[in-house]
Amino acid sequence: MASTITEKILANASHQKEVASGDYVVTDVSYVMAHDSTAPLAIESFYKITDKVFDKDRVIIVFDHFFPAPTVAGATMHQKSRKFVMDQKLSGFYTNGVCHQLLAEKYISPGDVLVGADSHSCTEGALGAFTTGLGSTDIGGAMATGKCWFRVPESLKFNLTGSTKKGVYAKDVILSIVGDVGAAGALYKACEFTGGYVKNAAVASRLTLCNMAIEMGGKNGIIEADQKTLGFLNGRTGKIFRSDPHAAYENEYEIEVKDIEPQVALPPVVDNVETVSAVEGKPIDQAFLGTCTNGRLEDIEVATRIVKGKMIARNVRFIVSPASEDIYFSAFEKGYLQDLVKAGATICNPSCGACVGRHEGVLCEGEVCVSSQNRNFSGRMGSPEAEIILASPATVAASALAGKIVDPRDYL
Amino acid sequence: MRAWKFGDDINTDVITPGRYTVTTDRKRLGEIAFIEYRPEFAKEVQEGDVIVAGNNFGCGSSREHSPVAIKAAGISAVIAKSFARIFFRNSVNIGLSLFVCEDADKIDDGDTVEVNTKTGEVHDKTKGIVIKAKPLPEFMQRIVEKGGLVNFLRSDGYDNV
Repeated sequence: MASTITEKILANASHQKEVASGDYVVTDVSYVMAHDSTAPLAIESFYKITDKVFDKDRVIIVFDHFFPAPTVAGATMHQKSRKFVMDQKLSGFYTNGVCHQLLAEKYISPGDVLVGADSHSCTEGALGAFTTGLGSTDIGGAMATGKCWFRVPESLKFNLTGSTKKGVYAKDVILSIVGDVGAAGALYKACEFTGGYVKNAAVASRLTLCNMAIEMGGKNGIIEADQKTLGFLNGRTGKIFRSDPHAAYENEYEIEVKDIEPQVALPPVVDNVETVSAVEGKPIDQAFLGTCTNGRLEDIEVATRIVKGKMIARNVRFIVSPASEDIYFSAFEKGYLQDLVKAGATICNPSCGACVGRHEGVLCEGEVCVSSQNRNFSGRMGSPEAEIILASPATVAASALAGKIVDPRDYL
Repeated sequence: MRAWKFGDDINTDVITPGRYTVTTDRKRLGEIAFIEYRPEFAKEVQEGDVIVAGNNFGCGSSREHSPVAIKAAGISAVIAKSFARIFFRNSVNIGLSLFVCEDADKIDDGDTVEVNTKTGEVHDKTKGIVIKAKPLPEFMQRIVEKGGLVNFLRSDGYDNV
């Protein structure tokens, strides 16, 4: 039987010759991840099941949603998770990056199964793995057993061909797709990205594509591993699976990326996608560059190129949070962070607190933020009366300079 | 029991805004359910009331705080045209009853409804109609019958799957 890459990975991890969409399977999990916001509930569930994790090197805790703690309540959550890390002698405990970026850099290999207590765990599927987000009780169960159950999803194929225009990036491509497919258009499905555009895309861009599979309701985002993937893995190997030519897809989307213009997602939902021209000139109060969607070196590089030697608008704060310590160091060595600071940006520690409204960039009533993040829900970054507009790092940086939403192509 | 009606794509930031989820205290989470989107909800909801919604209920974050808050507020069941997948799993895992029902639209806010959690029949007493929800897949029913994932794993676990 012809199978998709998702079906092959789930068959391998459940020790079966093959599985088909609709089957229920119990798989081994390669890694289990929780972050500071979701770990405390997972730990409560875990201790109701057992008192020892299945493998101290495969359970990973990352503090990124509110680190360093901005409130007493946050510090109390951290204390609880830190005790778990120490009691269970976990080797993987990090406070220096966004969980999905750290997992991509340090752990995930092709063929792995990752379950993460964060909905954007679909990101790491860009490395040819099955990676998905779950809630805390599921994660507590996986920490205890090293296993998890899944319904094998139907697959959607997104065949992306051609090259983007100047000033158009992976973020614009995935926003355009989310706008077309809709917030529930891929509900419960595997979202497989393939085609010439994906093959030519850097791993960073592939991570951006897979990151937003959940914004269409998808179960996982996935891209077959190739030489670029292996180059990114820093010596890790894994097991490479590929979809068979005649594998069954529930739907196949043919997308010519040269037709895509710079995109924005307007509040209050991610599939409310327009071209940037629809809101050109709208004044902004904050520009945010970072997160598991777009906090990587290529994102910081393009933003730097746009603002270097200039000054951001006086009434705008431009907040930059590199997605990991490695990216932070690279951006520093290349002089990007210095150029950004000179242009008026504020550099925060590698984390994602602003995207979830915890700290380092909270919005008040009536404010507008253009952000490289993945969600624009009401209240996400602070006041429910604030507006969040999603865009590419280039659009974010150019808008910070202009003090209003602009087309980045005029600034490149 | 009163029906609380919601629309499509009700997301986890609407149910439990991230700024309020810095706790695992059930009672506190019950008090913050829909705190900004529908402030009267947590104040007026009665034990046993039901939520009726459109498509993709619970989309967004994986935060389990959302179904926990709904359950802690006293809601006995959520009836929707469809659910986001992580929210669906989370609810099964913590024992919040969910029903997928294409005719959820027929119920209006404030209607008096009775849900038979065994058969999936929803009786709208205000309108005098009975609508039928889809039963859970058999695999998930086994988890629900054990009272959620924790009890499932404490008993047979995955050994007999």
